[in-house]
Amino acid sequence: MKNDHLVHHLPASGDPAVTLGGFSQPLLALLFATAIILYIVAAKQTGRHYRRWPVSRVIYWIAGVLFAWLSVAGPVADRAHTDFTAHMVGHLFLGMLSPLLLVLAAPMTLMLRTLPTEAARRLTRLLKCRFSRLMTHPVTAAILNLGGLWLLYTSDLYSLMHTYPSLYLLIHFHVFAAGYVFTVSMLYVDPSPHPHSYQLRSAVLLVFLAGHAILSKFIYAHPPAGVPAEQAQAGGLVMYYGGDAIDAILIFFLCLQWYRSVRPRQKGGRKLRQS
Amino acid sequence: MCAARNLWSGLLFGVGAAAFVDETVFHQLLRWHHFYDKSTTDVGLISDGLFHAFSWFATIGGLFIFADLRRRSALRLPRWWSGVLLGSGMFQLYDGTVQHKLMRLHQIRYVDNLAVYDWIWNLIAVLLIVAGLLLAYRTRKDTLHEE
Repeated sequence: MKNDHLVHHLPASGDPAVTLGGFSQPLLALLFATAIILYIVAAKQTGRHYRRWPVSRVIYWIAGVLFAWLSVAGPVADRAHTDFTAHMVGHLFLGMLSPLLLVLAAPMTLMLRTLPTEAARRLTRLLKCRFSRLMTHPVTAAILNLGGLWLLYTSDLYSLMHTYPSLYLLIHFHVFAAGYVFTVSMLYVDPSPHPHSYQLRSAVLLVFLAGHAILSKFIYAHPPAGVPAEQAQAGGLVMYYGGDAIDAILIFFLCLQWYRSVRPRQKGGRKLRQS
Repeated sequence: MCAARNLWSGLLFGVGAAAFVDETVFHQLLRWHHFYDKSTTDVGLISDGLFHAFSWFATIGGLFIFADLRRRSALRLPRWWSGVLLGSGMFQLYDGTVQHKLMRLHQIRYVDNLAVYDWIWNLIAVLLIVAGLLLAYRTRKDTLHEE
């Protein structure tokens, strides 16, 4: 078994109680299933008053929730306790793929349409406030996202995470939330109260991509505390190439939004809007 | 503006394509050199990361500018190709000199007569750049004629 290589003391692998910091698996399942059901109900409901909600968004949402689920429950999550490669696969799902899919599903638009007017207004105010402006700024979002990852893999945090279930829960929540906010700061699928130019977003994404690639090579060469070298190498490769694959989709959608925004008027001369 | 954008689109795509070919053919198929061949970190790691990010973004972004030019009937293919040649040549020369020789991040292949490989690698790069420059010079007046 791979467990023999481990230096630090992990809780018994596959113990459902530790998989997500004391959250029981049925409770988790309920949480994720609710997210899917609520979205589908809202999508059906909104179709009565507005243009039909696109099926593609429903698919994005279901896929996004399932990938988040897969990273905290089931075989990948179980193996992640003892196998760094599986851990990295789970983190790609939780921090990049799931947030991207969820953002593409435009949940905020759906929520604003479904909520009663007063509640929707309050939500809009919340989205427009200074705090949310700061958090969804591409630079802040990138620092929170990438900074968290550097901290996790270059300090003792990674091994501590496996000792304290509450830390495990907190870090996994941060990875997901930071991934989501970062994606929101890059792609404007939902209405964006504080839009930033394509130039700024592209520049931040470039630096973020570079930081991600550098960290994955760093992990390849310097295994996090308690991770055997060959696992760190495999995990680094997963992070590097897996990150590239998901980032390609993100870049594609960012460019697609630019492409649509500069659509020329009939005679191919002037631009509609340039940011 | 149109001649410049055609060149830029090609340049971006060229850099991205050359980086992609290097990674697919030499890292993964031939396995001549690898993801990371050095166990210490230095500026090379950062430069490599930045360059990798740039080339990845450039491949996709360059093609979207290509699509935008086509939509505006402003695409001039020879001009675009001059950019591709320049971009891929410049990437390969950068890779062959800065990354392989200056930073010694990895070598093309781990054999005794490495010089032969280095010369071929960098000569191809220079040829690509020269071809790109020639084509760019010949297509310098390739601007948009309003239909």
